[in-house]
Amino acid sequence: MALTDALKAEFDELVTHYPERRAALIPALHRCQEELGGWLSPETIEAAAEYFELEPVEVYGVASFYPMFFLKPVGQHVVSVCRNISCDLRGSDEIMAAVCSKTGARPGGSSEDNRFYVEHVECQGGCANAPMMVVDGKYHEDLTPERATEILEGLS
Amino acid sequence: MSHPTYLMSRMEREDSHTLAGYEAQGGYKALRKILTDPIPPQSVIETVKDSGLRGRGGAGFPTGLKWSFMPDREKDPRTRYMAVNADESEPGTCKDRVIMREDPHGLVEGCLIAAWAMGLDAVYIYVRGEYRLPYDRVAAAIAEARAAGLVGQDILGSGFSCEIHMHKGAGAYICGEETGLMESLEGKRGHPRPKPPFPAGFGLWGQPTTVNNVETIFNVPFIMDRGAEWFRTMGTEKSPGNFLCGISGHVESPGVYEVPLGMPARQIMDEFAGGVWKGRELKAWIPGGSSTGFLKPDAIDTPMDHDSIKAAGSMFGTGAMIVLDETASVVRSALVLMNFYEHESCGQCSQCREGTQWLAQVFQRLHDGEGREEDLELLRGIANGMAPGKTICALSDAAAIPTHSVLRNFADEIEEYVREGGHEAVMKKRQALAGAAS
Ligand SMILES: Cc1cc2nc3c(=O)[nH]c(=O)nc-3n(C[C@H](O)[C@H](O)[C@H](O)COP(=O)(O)O)c2cc1C
Repeated sequence: MALTDALKAEFDELVTHYPERRAALIPALHRCQEELGGWLSPETIEAAAEYFELEPVEVYGVASFYPMFFLKPVGQHVVSVCRNISCDLRGSDEIMAAVCSKTGARPGGSSEDNRFYVEHVECQGGCANAPMMVVDGKYHEDLTPERATEILEGLS
Repeated sequence: MSHPTYLMSRMEREDSHTLAGYEAQGGYKALRKILTDPIPPQSVIETVKDSGLRGRGGAGFPTGLKWSFMPDREKDPRTRYMAVNADESEPGTCKDRVIMREDPHGLVEGCLIAAWAMGLDAVYIYVRGEYRLPYDRVAAAIAEARAAGLVGQDILGSGFSCEIHMHKGAGAYICGEETGLMESLEGKRGHPRPKPPFPAGFGLWGQPTTVNNVETIFNVPFIMDRGAEWFRTMGTEKSPGNFLCGISGHVESPGVYEVPLGMPARQIMDEFAGGVWKGRELKAWIPGGSSTGFLKPDAIDTPMDHDSIKAAGSMFGTGAMIVLDETASVVRSALVLMNFYEHESCGQCSQCREGTQWLAQVFQRLHDGEGREEDLELLRGIANGMAPGKTICALSDAAAIPTHSVLRNFADEIEEYVREGGHEAVMKKRQALAGAAS
């Protein structure tokens, strides 16, 4: 999608924080993903490339390196369950099982109604409150399978 | 268990993250002291050196010494930077997040003092993208500080100027490695750079740069306010001060606790974290984040400081303890970690790109019941091919070290997995034994 005027204005400010324009690319891609459909479509990548005076393939190369960027469409709510050591020791498998059964999605995919995208993620720094998951950017910690299910039920 | 604390001393207050809350508890006193009757930058660096403060990001490098590597401003007029490492992605590590969320002004003040000491033009705080609230708290603190004349041009009318910028990463362990961080901050893939050149000579945008961890910088205002000698009253001779110990896994009360360096790991586990959960026995523990390796229970009395943990065959790392109880499987935890390292390898060096993948595959087959006797030697061979010092950065070592630790300390469990036919079989057998015993 094309960049909105509001996004362009935001980026015009963002680039002033760095000696080189390109440095604002990753923060800008976050904003693109947030505002332009929840993922970085080829059109969005092209629009960002034009803004940053880069080749689309360079922007793609950056975007594809970082796990937080989606290069394919994802469901309306993004549910990320940590599977790293501290969470694994405290039952993250059961959290993932509860999330899958509630949403009907499999890790790395979206539910059929496209309401949920479910993924495994690596350590999120919630180790002392394991197990944990992140839903639409918000941390939910000290989970039980029941609590995880409730959180998903509470989403609009 | 009473010992002097400072790192978490302000966090009790509801408004600890605001300027008012911070100043009411002595905040910005150190900065004011330095700027009003100016303490020369060189003396600030000397004080940090004298304090013996060591980096809290994993390597334990002496902070004052690192700062002194920045070139002399008179001879090298280039723009100079500090990047604060808030990527916090080493599994088990969850402490910088607490600082940024509860006491962000402490970090801001630390940045300003570092900027004065090293003559920096600007500081970038690189925060992992997932840390939204910590990011917002630090950003708000910078804005408040700026409005109060503490950040920006002519700070407190002293003529000293420094900008602090926030920067959001996008999830990637490798961007915590200091040169990967710099590449990422420049808007590129987080591919670590070969060293030399070192960041102090060629860092961000090719300019002199220092990279320090959040907790390291957070210690600085305390040291400048209370003095190097005070700092040395805590911790050990070679590792002074307190540290934030994140302890996770199979303990009753996982958490982030402030403890003096040199406190025995058992004391931290028992007195702070309530001991191994469910009344169970300890099977294994990791002293300082996922890359420091698994130790046996016989090492649990080791003091948590750099030298002692090293002597016990591991590393202090980020001081993030992970506890495994008697029912846990080291093979499974190693598999979890190798999957992580495989996922996070940036792929530049073949030793790491292939090695992490092979390690993950071998642990996977052990887990799935397809392990072979030779797998012990195979794991050792792969890990030997990956480290030490064979790659651009230490991610390869971070996978090799825990692998060696499993071979050294838990080879019998690998053999058990081969013999019994994998994870499920091993777990079933253990449950049966536990049932028979009770
Ligand atoms: C793979 C890898 C990941 C790292 N991740 C982090 C991190 O998330 N945070 C951090 O402060 N240091 C991390 N480090 C260590 C940094 O390279 C660097 O040593 C540190 O930020 C220096 O700060 P200090 O001297 O204040 O400890 C990592 C190192 C490696 C090899």
